Parts: sequence; structure tokens; C-alpha cells
Amino acid sequence: MSTALLIMIGLALFLGLVLGYAAIKFKVAESPLVQKIDAILPQTQCGQCGFPGCKPYATAIASGEADINQCPPGGEEGIHKLAELLGVDPKPLNAEHGVPKPKSVAVIDEELCIGCTLCIQACPVDAILGAAKHMHTVIAKECTGCELCIPPCPVDCIQMQVVQEDLTTWKSKYPLHEIRNV
Amino acid sequence: MRTLYQFHGGVHPAEHKQESSAHPIVMAPLPTQLIVPLQQHIGQRAKPLVQIGDRVLKGQMIGQADGATSCAVHAPTSGSVSAIEMMPMPHPSSLPDLCISITPDGADEWITRTALDYQNMNPGEVRNRLRDFGLAGLGGAVFPSHVKLNPGKLDKVPTLILNGAECEPWITCDDLLMRERAAEIIAGAKIMQYLLSADAVLIGIEDNKPQAIAAMRAACAATGFEVIAVPTRYPSGGAKQLTKILTGKEPPSGGRSTDIGVQIFNVATAYSVARAVLHGEPMISRIVTVTGNVEQPRNYEVLLGTPVKELVALTGKQRNDTQSYIMGGPMMGFALPTDNVPVIKASNCLIASSPSLFPAPPPALPCIRCTQCAQACPVNLQPQDLYWFSRGREFGKAQEYNLFDCIECGCCDYVCPSHIPLVQYYRFAKSEIWAREREKQQADLARERHEFRLARIEREKKERADKLAAKTQGSKAPAANADIDPKKAAIQAAIERAKLKRSGVTPKNVENLSVETLKEIDEIEARRTQLKQAMEKQSDSPK
Repeated sequence: MSTALLIMIGLALFLGLVLGYAAIKFKVAESPLVQKIDAILPQTQCGQCGFPGCKPYATAIASGEADINQCPPGGEEGIHKLAELLGVDPKPLNAEHGVPKPKSVAVIDEELCIGCTLCIQACPVDAILGAAKHMHTVIAKECTGCELCIPPCPVDCIQMQVVQEDLTTWKSKYPLHEIRNV
Repeated sequence: MRTLYQFHGGVHPAEHKQESSAHPIVMAPLPTQLIVPLQQHIGQRAKPLVQIGDRVLKGQMIGQADGATSCAVHAPTSGSVSAIEMMPMPHPSSLPDLCISITPDGADEWITRTALDYQNMNPGEVRNRLRDFGLAGLGGAVFPSHVKLNPGKLDKVPTLILNGAECEPWITCDDLLMRERAAEIIAGAKIMQYLLSADAVLIGIEDNKPQAIAAMRAACAATGFEVIAVPTRYPSGGAKQLTKILTGKEPPSGGRSTDIGVQIFNVATAYSVARAVLHGEPMISRIVTVTGNVEQPRNYEVLLGTPVKELVALTGKQRNDTQSYIMGGPMMGFALPTDNVPVIKASNCLIASSPSLFPAPPPALPCIRCTQCAQACPVNLQPQDLYWFSRGREFGKAQEYNLFDCIECGCCDYVCPSHIPLVQYYRFAKSEIWAREREKQQADLARERHEFRLARIEREKKERADKLAAKTQGSKAPAANADIDPKKAAIQAAIERAKLKRSGVTPKNVENLSVETLKEIDEIEARRTQLKQAMEKQSDSPK
């Protein structure tokens, strides 16, 4: 009788320790749903959805405060992925938030730039290099094309340039061929 | 007699080899202009080493390997560099890439060539030299050879296979090379065997090339290398297919041939290794079959960078019904959008295409699920399923069905009774998946940078708040020392510190400088004092 009791108590203590350890070791800081949604969002950090970045939008979707069709850079494909993840019906992009555009990067006209640093402060991914009264330049590789640097520029020297296809980014096109109807 | 194995599927299209294989290889004359792309291999583009106007010698390195998977490019003849610019590439898109244009001076003057005593060299050093000789696989994938010749952690690769199958119709460049230059191919194989510490060297040649087989067997006498005639069946020259035929082994899905102890090279690559190691000649030319709708189909030894237009002109008068040139074979090659592109390391064959030789495919019919494609697929895939997934843009599903094991050999296209361009769908799906992969990497980078920025802003805010707190605390305290202004004291202390620093320490970044840098610094100093004087003068002068 007492042996059985001891075994049970010992087992309970041991399992309790394991569970307690696991709770600390494998602690999930934020909701895994937010992370999953954030992984689908394009990380442009453009704020067109009405939230200050992709993570806040993901949080809002997860808590049901925002709809899944507010992200223009994600496009239809992004909406479909979100719908699939959340088990809801996909819906067309809400035009209030903008329309999808081809991938672009910001280019600073270095002749015109007066070195005011306003664009540097606006860039959500620190992709603009420069200092006060010194010419600024965009690190093209890191620019997400969010266009947030354009409004603050006092001399309108920033323009968006559509990224051209090159040999490394060239894509085989969807085959277009004649089909005979039978 | 070696037991041969069979790979699944395959087809046997009309061979069309006799047109070009009846004539010996001839050296193509010097073209008027050479356009040498810096990216002729898989991996990183080479870094240009020359400038416009430089005189270069034949075999001089003009582009340096950049990174681990990359190899050098060389001047194919002596002359002057006339341009370094973006030029259209031999690619289905003809998109431009960085090329070095060389105007030949006609002297064809070599650099000093020295053979390598490779047996007394560290294998790593030999591999580095091969990289600098620009060695890349000439079978079509142009993978830098020095990478493949590294056994890595395995110490050795037991089996080395030379691929002389040349299974694609029309192409005969390897056939002619084996017939005419078998001894050098075998010499190259010996070097490869040494680098890989391989025990066995197998040479697979399709049995429709009896002359090549005989020549190679003669050259292999007393070497222990084995020349094996394999049945003619496309795509027996695929790396995995030939490995299966000769050894019975298949690398796992997504794996490499070294996983099963095999490394495989094209015979032309072995020949180039011999030219490089034994003669000091970098890879500046290759054998190209020019065939199809031309007066005189044959094989040429062509300098890399020769414009396709000038090469095909050698075959005689251009025919009116030639609509385009196919680079590679009819099964896996592609039509060049323009003939104003250079011959590169990957250009094994150019086929002048005419409507009578290659009639346009009839309109496609719906897939009837006959599974003939599945029977023909040499990699045991389900092409009809892959077609549905690719067409429906279900890329995840396509990947689950091992889309990336597809070698794009075109057997499924060839047998499809509905004439559906299946391979085009697979290429589309593959490049969409790669594009998504790139987008994901970019998104991850953007996320990381955005999060770092937020953290930085937070940190700066906190630092400012701390500073402010310290200041307000500090302003309450100094009542005791009321006669000394804290601000003045702080400035004084800073001045003292700076003085101490200036007297005791010399700048540390002026040691170990080169003469040029020192000179440059002196010049800058001189300019600075001049400017200072000028400014002083200006401020002194009455206004």
C-alpha cells in the first residue's frame, strides 16, 4: 500500500518538475498565430494597411481587429494564404488601402539631395545611408519599396524605380500555346 | 563484361548525327570581335581584371573567380579590350549581362604557358589552379570543375565516370573529340582520378559511336580505365541516368552523385583539364557542332566569345528559311532570340532551325491522362500530375511530387499525344518557386532590419530619458560647490582630457601604411593648409 503511494507521489513530483521545466524552457513569448500571419505578410513595412508595420497588422488580424484584405504589396496571393491559414473565405483586396504595384526601389537624385536626413528617419528598414548636410543614398538591396521616404523629402528628389528583370531574377513565363477545342 | 543496368523510361528520337559527324573538326578563324561574358558558369560572376584599352594576350585572365562557386574567364586571343558593358547573353530571354569585348590584333600571341607538376602539388593547390584556368563542365551545366574535383570530407570518391554518351540528337562535338583527341581525354581523366583518389574510371559512350568507342579503347590500353558502350536511348547522357546504367546506383532524391561515391564529368571537360594542367592552356575554346539547316554541317573548335552570327556564317551561305538558331540540342536546348550573342562554355551545339526541320507543334489538346509521359520519364516522376499542379499554380503540391528532380529532358513532351508543352510548365513552376524563395529571403531581411530599427529607437529613447534623469538629479546636488559653475567645470575637464590625450598619444592608424597612402595623406595635408591659409586671407581682407 505505502509503496504504491510512494510511487504515485514520486511520479507526480517528477512529472510536475518536467512540466515546470518545459513551461520555462519552451515558453512562447507571443501568440504563434501572430508569427504565422507575420510570416505571410511581405514585410514591406509600408503602413498601407493602416497599421505602423507588418507585425502590428498581423497582431490586429490575429485579434480580429483588421481584415485580411488590407495589404496591397501582398496582393491576391497573400490574401489567399491568409484566408487558408485562418480558415476564412478569401475576398478581393480593399482598394481603400491601395493597389498592388510592381516591385520598386527608391532612388535618390544625388544632385538634388540637400542632406536633410528626413528620409533616413522615415525609412522603416534603415536602407538609406547618409548624414546631415551630406548626400544620401539608398541601399537598393535592402529597400522594400514602401515609398515612406517620398512624402517627407522637401526637395522631391526621391523617385521609385521599378526593379528590372535580370538573368538571376528572370522567370520562365507561363506557357501560352494554342489549344484545340474538341 | 560489365553488367549494365537500365534507367526507367527514355525515348529514341531520330539521331541526325551523321550530318555533322562525317567531317573532322576544323579550327574556326579569328572573328572580328570577341564578346566574353563574365558569367559563363553556374555560381558567382567573375570579377573583371582589365580596363578598356588594355592590351591582353591569348590566355590572359580577364575575369577572376569571385567566391567558392565561380571560375575565371580568359582572353581567347591577343588584342585590346574595346568595351566592358552589358551585352545580350545566349539565354532564352537574351537579357544582358556584363561582357568584356576584345578586338583581336591578329597576332594570336600567347601568355607564357607552363605545365603543372600536379603529382607533386597539394591537390587543393591544383584545384585552385583549375579554377584560375576557368575550368567548368562542358556538358551543358557549366558547373565549376574545381568544386566537383574536391572529394571534401569523404577523402576519396571511389568511382569516376566520364560521360561520352552524347545522347541528344544532332550533337556530335563529343563524338568528334573522342575520335580525334582520345589520348588527351584519357590524360585529363588521369588528373581527375588523382584529384578524387578514384579507384575505378568508367567511360560511358552510346553504341551509336563505334569510331569514338574504338579510339577511346585504344587510348585506354594499359590504364585500367574501362570504356563501356551503352545502349542508345535518350537521355542516357544525363548524369544520373549514366550513373544508373554503369553502376546500378541512383543518388537519393535531391542528393548528389557523390552521396553514392560517384563523380561524373563530360569527356570534353577531361580534355580541357589535360590542356590546362599539361599545357598551361586555360579554357578559351570549345568544340561546337553547327548543324541543321546549313550548307555544310560540321564541328568547329571555336574561341569562346565568338559571335554566333560569325560562327554560323562559316558553314556557307545562310538559307532563307532559317528562322532561328537553337543552342543545345532539340530536346533540351532553346532558340536564341538573336544571333548577336557569343559562344560560351555551355554552347555545345548550334542548330539552324527551319519550319521543315522543326515544324511548329500542332495545337495542344487536353490531357487525357494516358500516362505515356510517366512511362517515358527517366526520373520516375508523374509528369501528368506535375503538369496539373504547375498549370494550377499549386507549387507546394508540385514540390511534394518532386518537381525539382525533373531534369527537363523533354521525354514527356516528345511522347505526349496531346502535344502539351509539359517542360515549359515545369520550368514555369520552378522559376516561380525560386522567385518566391527570393522574396521570402528579402522579407526576412526586411523584418530583421525593421525589428532592429524599432529596438534601436527604443534604446535611444531610454538613453535620453536616463540622461535627463541624471541631469535633473545632478542639478539638485551641487548646492555645496555653489561657487564653481558645473558647466564651466565640465568644459574645463574636457579640455584637460583632450590635452592629455593629444600629448600622450599618437594616432594609431598611420603605422604600416604603403608609400602611396602616405603620399596621399601628405597631399591632403598640403591641400588642407592651403585651404586654411586661403580662408584666413579671406577673413583678413577688408569687407
